[in-house]
Amino acid sequence: MDFTLNDEQLMFAETARTLLGDTCTPDHWHRMMQQGAGFDASRWAQIVENGFTLLLLPEAAGGMGLSELDLALILIEAGYVALPEPLAESAGVGAPLLASLAPGHPVLADPAAIIAVAPAINPVVANADVAAAILIEKDGRVWLAKPDQVRLTPAACIDPLRRLFHIEWDAGKAEDLGPADWSQALDRAALFAAAQGLGLAQRAVDLAVAYARERTQFGKPIGSYQAVKHHLASAQTAIEFARPVVLAAAADVGHSDLHSRARVSHAKIVALEAAEQAARASIQVHGAMGYSWEVDVHLFLKRALALKAAWGTPAFHRSRIAARMFAQPLGADQTFARQAG
Amino acid sequence: MDLTYTPEQQAFRAEVRAWLEVHVPKHPLEHYDATREGFEAHRKWEATLKSGDWGMVTWPKEYGGRGLDLIQWLIFEEEYYRAGAPGRVNQNGIFLLGPTLMEFGTHEQKQRFLPPMASGEEIWAQAWSEPQAGSDLAGVRATAVREGEEYVLNGHKIWSSRAAFADWAFGLFREPGSERHKGMSLIFFPLDAPGVTRNPIRKINGHVGFAEIFLDNVRVPAFNRLGEEGQGWHICMATAGFERGLMLRSPARFQQAAAALAALWKDRKDTCDPVLEADVIRAHMNAESYALNIYQTASRLMAGAKIGPEASTNKIFWSEMDIHLHETALAILGAEAELLPPTGEHDWLDDYIFSLAGPIYAGSNEIQRNIIAERMLGLPR
Repeated sequence: MDFTLNDEQLMFAETARTLLGDTCTPDHWHRMMQQGAGFDASRWAQIVENGFTLLLLPEAAGGMGLSELDLALILIEAGYVALPEPLAESAGVGAPLLASLAPGHPVLADPAAIIAVAPAINPVVANADVAAAILIEKDGRVWLAKPDQVRLTPAACIDPLRRLFHIEWDAGKAEDLGPADWSQALDRAALFAAAQGLGLAQRAVDLAVAYARERTQFGKPIGSYQAVKHHLASAQTAIEFARPVVLAAAADVGHSDLHSRARVSHAKIVALEAAEQAARASIQVHGAMGYSWEVDVHLFLKRALALKAAWGTPAFHRSRIAARMFAQPLGADQTFARQAG
Repeated sequence: MDLTYTPEQQAFRAEVRAWLEVHVPKHPLEHYDATREGFEAHRKWEATLKSGDWGMVTWPKEYGGRGLDLIQWLIFEEEYYRAGAPGRVNQNGIFLLGPTLMEFGTHEQKQRFLPPMASGEEIWAQAWSEPQAGSDLAGVRATAVREGEEYVLNGHKIWSSRAAFADWAFGLFREPGSERHKGMSLIFFPLDAPGVTRNPIRKINGHVGFAEIFLDNVRVPAFNRLGEEGQGWHICMATAGFERGLMLRSPARFQQAAAALAALWKDRKDTCDPVLEADVIRAHMNAESYALNIYQTASRLMAGAKIGPEASTNKIFWSEMDIHLHETALAILGAEAELLPPTGEHDWLDDYIFSLAGPIYAGSNEIQRNIIAERMLGLPR
């Protein structure tokens, strides 16, 4: 029993923090919003160059064969910068799903190739227009289509850096990859949404802290008032108690059983709740500025709202926790229990 | 990261479970705060625990422990709550003063105080708060004057849990004339020493859970001072770190309560508002979140880290989840919630009342939020 991260994991996370911190700054967000862009090719190239898209792929498929925990740590950093590019869905969900069905598929040969995912549970597909392949769920099978083999209609999203599409497609023009374990894809997607949620939450708190130290009213920084402090302390508390759940879910997700599913769902609920709570506290602390487009806090609220509902609503995930709670023993000795048989 | 128990840890769990199955009293003891008899019955239980060497498993063997690590302590606690074993009447001693003594005490002090603490022969109360020094603890006025090899203690302490029946107290005193955080010392005194008067105070459930203590020229040997003279504030903050961060409220307590809540829900859901199921699930999630956080903290401490201001987030989390859990139970009980249960049955009502103390004791949650904001987030004072 050991809940600590190893040096290699900490190093990877540090690399991601530096790279994303340098390449996804407020200036970058502003420029992308002005251009109506949701994808920055040069940043994606650097993400690819650092190997982040190959992390989860098995070595047999040309990947690094690392774990969901390793990628989750990087995606916490992605959340911290509200990363627009689809690192989570492509490298965290699409690539391993494709590799599990067709390890030699040519799309996997290119580490920069974006693999979009269209599960039945989501009404829209993210980043489908820049994808090399779209993996579509139908009748428990996976169908692979290229963007030019389907009809994509942009779906306007409240998050200005998130690009969504409705998809119409014809099985006759897509490649049937056979039956697949979509619940595993959903587990990974929910886990990585949760990881991003932690980063979103921390950034929202940090933005508010910076503002509350600078902004003065009644002759003092507003951050010296307890009413302001307590909003942010509550948000930080939510983060502190979501983080170990996300890490444990990441360490567990490979089991694909009742327990790991409940933990992933738990992580998704509490991490995105923390993100929403932190973003709302941050807006409140920023006052009228927080309600404006001028301050970047809105990006974190909007991404939190998007990820909260994508890949299973809170109600969906709560039902997966209930399934574990009411079918298996509960109690103090059951925290790390596994389903018998 | 490895979230599985080693074979040794599993064997340890089995050992704890087997011992508790034989020794845990078949009928619940009267509450230690209710009467002297209840208190003494719990002292006897502490002696039984000691007979199996279970008094405080993390302490070194020479001080009455087993020299085990924090993961083993968590396993012990899980089995302890799972078995429904009696509450720890000496929790102020073993969970708060004990770790502090371990860090700041001399070898002689550890030898003198820890073994009888682990065995329940000496049961401890905390004597920090005063009528005018609650959240603003640096406002304590009780004094300690050095006279040769003795201290003479004077003052008025209040809200001391267990002090109505306990044997010893660890108090915060100041050198006369000193101000605020300076000049304070942490000094132990026997609660039956000449010059000590204690008046029990009834809690809102009717129990005499705490007491006020008057000290009138109480003489104790200088040996009873923990740490250096004037280091009292620093030591208190370390104690508060243990209190808030790890030991006082182990996760097992809440996991068992959440499991009991799930059972109550299963039992009664046909006659309840279905919306309550979300709260039952939430209570389970909260208990799990807390357990995972504490496992993470235990791992960090075992890897050499120290408890910091993040301990304040723990205190907020467990106290608020405890209230939520118990208000959910009362909502499920519905119109019956106001009825006192028959002896021996799960007393959701009393546990609910107790949960309301959570955001107050061990440093009010308002103070905890200030600590988080100032010391974790760096907001100005």
